Amino acid sequence: MRLRLGLLLLGGMALAALLAPAVAALLGHDADLPDLFNRFAAPSLDHPLGTDDLGRDMLLRLLYGARVSLVVGLAVALAATGLGTALGLLAAWRGGWVDALLMRLADGLLALPALPLLVVLAAVDPAKLGLPRGEASTDILRITVILTLFGWVGVARLARAAALSEMAKDYVAAARVCGASEARLMWRHILPNISGPIVVAATLAVAGAILAESTLSFLGLGIAPPASSWGNMLSNAQELVFSAPLTAVWPGLAILLTVAGCSLLADGVRRR
Amino acid sequence: MPRLIALRLLQMLVTLVLLSAVIWLLIGLMPGDPADLAIAADPRLGPEDAARLRALHGLDRPLSERYLAWAGAMLRGEFGYSRLFSQPVTALLWPALGSSLALLGLALGLSAGIGIALGVLAAARPRLAPAVEALAVLAQSTPSFWLGMLLIILFAVMLGWLPAGGAEGAASLVLPVATLTVVNLAAYARHAASAMTEVLALPYVTTARAKGLSAATVLWRHAFPNAALPLLTVAALDAGSLVSGALVTETIFARPGMGKLIYDAIMGNDYNLALLALLLAAAVTMLATLAADLAQRWLDPRLAA
Repeated sequence: MRLRLGLLLLGGMALAALLAPAVAALLGHDADLPDLFNRFAAPSLDHPLGTDDLGRDMLLRLLYGARVSLVVGLAVALAATGLGTALGLLAAWRGGWVDALLMRLADGLLALPALPLLVVLAAVDPAKLGLPRGEASTDILRITVILTLFGWVGVARLARAAALSEMAKDYVAAARVCGASEARLMWRHILPNISGPIVVAATLAVAGAILAESTLSFLGLGIAPPASSWGNMLSNAQELVFSAPLTAVWPGLAILLTVAGCSLLADGVRRR
Repeated sequence: MPRLIALRLLQMLVTLVLLSAVIWLLIGLMPGDPADLAIAADPRLGPEDAARLRALHGLDRPLSERYLAWAGAMLRGEFGYSRLFSQPVTALLWPALGSSLALLGLALGLSAGIGIALGVLAAARPRLAPAVEALAVLAQSTPSFWLGMLLIILFAVMLGWLPAGGAEGAASLVLPVATLTVVNLAAYARHAASAMTEVLALPYVTTARAKGLSAATVLWRHAFPNAALPLLTVAALDAGSLVSGALVTETIFARPGMGKLIYDAIMGNDYNLALLALLLAAAVTMLATLAADLAQRWLDPRLAA
């Protein structure tokens, strides 16, 4: 039930993201181009959800925003899970000072308030690091890197705990006796046995990344306009609460449904 | 116990020192510096004047040297001024901290209270459990800034019952507290539900029921105290997310406090204020986590062993 509902919600969002260019062609608008003669248009066949303060089609901006959210969510989850699993396994396998160092680092990161630090990281000027700034694709990359810096912690702790309990089991000793190399032991024996909780953590990481990206974009530090993301659409809508309150409804609903889809999916997987 | 506290405080101090160095480095990478901003105010000044200003204020020195100079001033108790607000940093930080603690304290109390009540309800009446779970999924999936905007639109713009922002009077607290409460209560509800379900299945609960105690006594006097311990862990982990939530809610509701101060200072290139506000927020978060840990150990002697 949870699994199906979660898959349905996420599948719907993925379909929306994939169909964005097709819908744009069908409606014949550009999601980022202003049309100042058509501001705040009511929903119609031409603009199914109406237009915003610059006359841009709301439906198209939502669909292109889905691409940003899903790409950032998946990329962060993939990077954080990969990094977290590798570091967690390393800590469990090596033990000693490597373990102590990694886990103190993880404790330190967990104890700090994440959003204020994300704001600091997001405010860093990419130009001072020699990177181009202001393009949507570099924005996505920048946000992905920043969110991964915080995202690996949960996965690493989980992977370490699971790996430690697996390594105490007899089959690991048996594999060692049979002459399996340490790398083979970790890769072929431990990793498959701890993949269950890691998949759950990765799914929750998608939800966390989508929420964090939308928050940063809302605060003006994520995906910069004119490219659309659900967060910067809401940031725009905040200035319009008196003139066009309804522009706030759809992007928030999209975030809510996507994040709920991820948590339902994670719950469903956990219970199987 | 005293050893543990001393160790944790030492760990906190190390974290804060490391954090100050990292933030210092990051701030050095933010766009624009004070000299750029200063010459923008006067069209007759050019790049060479900016260079002279930088040399005058020591901004041409390497980051490491400037960091050590700043750290020395901190140790002497010289916290400096905020450029954005033209006031000593300490005059800004303490009132902001007080305002944030009032907001966060209310939100923490309400979200724990409502969340735990919902969780216990789900455990005591299994027929209601799916409804509580659905509510929890919805609440934790709602972006706080969106909920805040919806509340402003409904209660301030359309109905006009409550102020949309600011910090005048108790009425201005209602919407921010409600926003933070809804976003935070899901964790309490879920953990309370699972902990209570576990405890209610234990034999001693059956014994209490068999003695003829009332359902309410069994639930709250016998079962709840044992289920409440894991909830303190939730509260400990919650401190960081509450401070993060304060940044968003205070910004949306234009409410002076630590979160808004940090955001405004970073956006306004007010480095000194940003750095100190971030360190203060981090210190308060870590102290709250430590307090929840200690409370848990005090209530459950098994953990101390």
